Amino acid sequence: MTGITGLLDRRRAIPQKYIPVLVTAGLFVAMFVAGGIRYENFATGQIILNVFIDNAFLLVVAVGMTFVILTGGIDLSVGSVVALATMLSASLLKDGWPAYAVMVLVLVIGAVLGLAMGAIIHYFEIQPFIVTLAGMFLARGLCYTISTESIPIDNPTFTDIAQSRINLGGDLSVSPSAVIAVVVVLIAAYALHYTRLGRNVYATGGSEQSALLMGLPVARTKIAVYTISGFCSALGGLLFAFYSLSGYGLSAVGMELDAIAAVVIGGTLLTGGSGFLFGTVLGVLVLGLIQTIISFEGTLSSWWTKIFIGLLLFVFILLQRVFSGGSRRRSP
Amino acid sequence: MTEHILRMSGITKTFPGVKALQDVNLAVRRGEIHAICGENGAGKSTLMKVLSGVYPHGQYDGEITFEGRRCEFGGIRDSEHAGIVIIHQELALCPQLSIAENIYLGNERATRGVIDWNRTNYEAGELLKRVGLRENPTTTVSDIGVGKQQLVEIAKALSKEVKLLILDEPTAALNDEDSAHLLDLLRGLRDEGITCVIISHKLNEVIAIADSVTILRDGRTIETLDMAAGDVSEDRIISGMVGRALDNRFPPRTPAIGEEAFRIEDWTVYSPSQPGRKVVDGASLTLRRGEIVGLAGLMGAGRTELAMSVFGRTYGVHISGRIFKDGRPIEIRTVQDAIRHGVAYATEDRKRYGLNLIEDIKRNISAAWLKGLSRRGWVNEYEEYRVAQQFRASMNIKAPDVDSVVGKLSGGNQQKVVLSKWILTEPDVLILDEPTRGIDVGAKYEIYMIINRLAEQGKAVLVISSELPELLGLCDRIYTLSEGRVTGEVPREEATQERLMYLMTKGQESLA
Repeated sequence: MTGITGLLDRRRAIPQKYIPVLVTAGLFVAMFVAGGIRYENFATGQIILNVFIDNAFLLVVAVGMTFVILTGGIDLSVGSVVALATMLSASLLKDGWPAYAVMVLVLVIGAVLGLAMGAIIHYFEIQPFIVTLAGMFLARGLCYTISTESIPIDNPTFTDIAQSRINLGGDLSVSPSAVIAVVVVLIAAYALHYTRLGRNVYATGGSEQSALLMGLPVARTKIAVYTISGFCSALGGLLFAFYSLSGYGLSAVGMELDAIAAVVIGGTLLTGGSGFLFGTVLGVLVLGLIQTIISFEGTLSSWWTKIFIGLLLFVFILLQRVFSGGSRRRSP
Repeated sequence: MTEHILRMSGITKTFPGVKALQDVNLAVRRGEIHAICGENGAGKSTLMKVLSGVYPHGQYDGEITFEGRRCEFGGIRDSEHAGIVIIHQELALCPQLSIAENIYLGNERATRGVIDWNRTNYEAGELLKRVGLRENPTTTVSDIGVGKQQLVEIAKALSKEVKLLILDEPTAALNDEDSAHLLDLLRGLRDEGITCVIISHKLNEVIAIADSVTILRDGRTIETLDMAAGDVSEDRIISGMVGRALDNRFPPRTPAIGEEAFRIEDWTVYSPSQPGRKVVDGASLTLRRGEIVGLAGLMGAGRTELAMSVFGRTYGVHISGRIFKDGRPIEIRTVQDAIRHGVAYATEDRKRYGLNLIEDIKRNISAAWLKGLSRRGWVNEYEEYRVAQQFRASMNIKAPDVDSVVGKLSGGNQQKVVLSKWILTEPDVLILDEPTRGIDVGAKYEIYMIINRLAEQGKAVLVISSELPELLGLCDRIYTLSEGRVTGEVPREEATQERLMYLMTKGQESLA
């Protein structure tokens, strides 16, 4: 309690928009320290790297989701697109396609799916919830037209990527997937904060009507964010395929909700216009660390992960309410 | 002396920083049609909200006596229970429900909690006959026109056994035929013993229908005129509505007017929500370099609609007409086109349409001109910061720094941010819609200085304002707009409030 009230008191010193991210960062540090005190072998750098390795696909998906949520939209299709990407990869590789051609094709399909949904959302003025819900069913259904069974991947390129580790010195190492995820995060963060596209994303989410009257390309921006989200989902699917070395139509069920949770815990406003990609990274790390702690605990069922995520979400939504409600009252 | 059904005395209502009503008195006789007239912002709607309990007892000072009893309404339910029903300018019907469902909404014909649909539709049909609307009660409200929706509202009021019916601008959105029908209906209701209070800008209608008129100005009662006493003309009402001295609230300026910069010809715009209704009808305007031109009109005259339809077709459908810039015809199909042609529009509703309130000052200023501040998609943040700092100094935006969130600034400073944003796009033509709305007096003066400075730089400025003194103090020339048509063009020397008000209320003479 004192931590939060202390932060509230210092609100003048820290710009208000950074507070949710700082809260999440504080939470992450607190969890890490608590884990380190409670369990042996917990407080090591490799634990954090493992969180990156195990959640690389979620991180990439959450990056795309951050773009969408910053414009005030939502993308429910991401989990299904991840599954579709794994299925497409597995079946095409089984048919003997070259690995890199498969990757490019999968990424293009993901981006095109996102583009189509964005165009429908914008030009027909349909709520993103409905359009991406339809996209979710569509992509999931397409998985089963490929196969209802799990297809293993034995392509050497894929297995190499899956098994290799990049040594960072000391005892630390990461998977190529984690490196790809971090690169995606860096590019996305740069795009969000230093390009016109990024500005348009924030402006559209802040007030779409104002953005229109400022002459900003709202249509292009909205379509772009869903395309980015589709691309990120497909890339997340590839990373998931590296991770699991199989394609299965039932994989990544509910991942859209994990991604949304990560974005919200990371401090991005669901109504759009405010938030940071760095917050989303922290959100994914917090989710990953909860899983790690529960596995260290050993006796707790994995459903406790969901319970903690649920509680955390409540806290963060209340926090957002306090801040956004507060700012509304100050500007009558 | 007939009995008074309603007496409001000493009504004072304060909003933070503004006295909307000050010691207002209103007395309405039983069975009359009582009109309330006043300029935009004179306090008419606020007074009606006090009466109908939208502002509950305790939020205002003064006394309301209705049917001889003191009333302390805690909400609309209380006032409706007493027999007072208000019909707002924006109709409050659920478009997806049927006429009958709307009439009995919140007042359902039910036995033990179960709605009796036969009775509902039958009784609704009876009410529709009373208001002269030949529609099936099961028709969906969105399928009938605005004129008929207005009648449904009145039927709804009748279903509540109304004693005093208040209509706020009932004919503002109606065509001539529907207006005439509505006024006939009100006369009929008066003969049935229902008292009506009608707020209207259309003085010819007021003359035609009202038994007495109360005039409000600046939140005060000016006078109540008895129409039966004879000789109440539109001019008489207008002089009551204005009649206010100009003081020197305006910075001096010597106009240096140059060539024609911008011209609109035969501009016609249709309403997007009501098919077939012309919101702007064949309007033509000319703006010259270094000139400040005013656009006067009452609420609903089509001022904002005209401006927004010109500014990249952000309002309206089936827009037709021609635009000339520096004498050459141009096409403005999108906001980007407008910016490219050097046209800027600062909206009347800056919070909703003009600013991103949760973003900081520098990003709001740069938003419309990111193209100029970036290269190949990358925003030059250093340049953006420098430009924003420059504007903070030159426009005197009072904020600790350009990283401050715009939503926390005062109205005047927010407006300066909006103006900065548009000045950055280096426009030749600026359309400023209500540039001083919701801004305190000191900041108003600063905004006037900025407008003068823009004109001195040779830009053409069109100022839309509901405050006539503002237009008289600021503009070289003033156009008046009434029901979508340009009804006059008055040079500074000849402009008086009376003359403008006369032109602004000049209707289509439909009720003669």
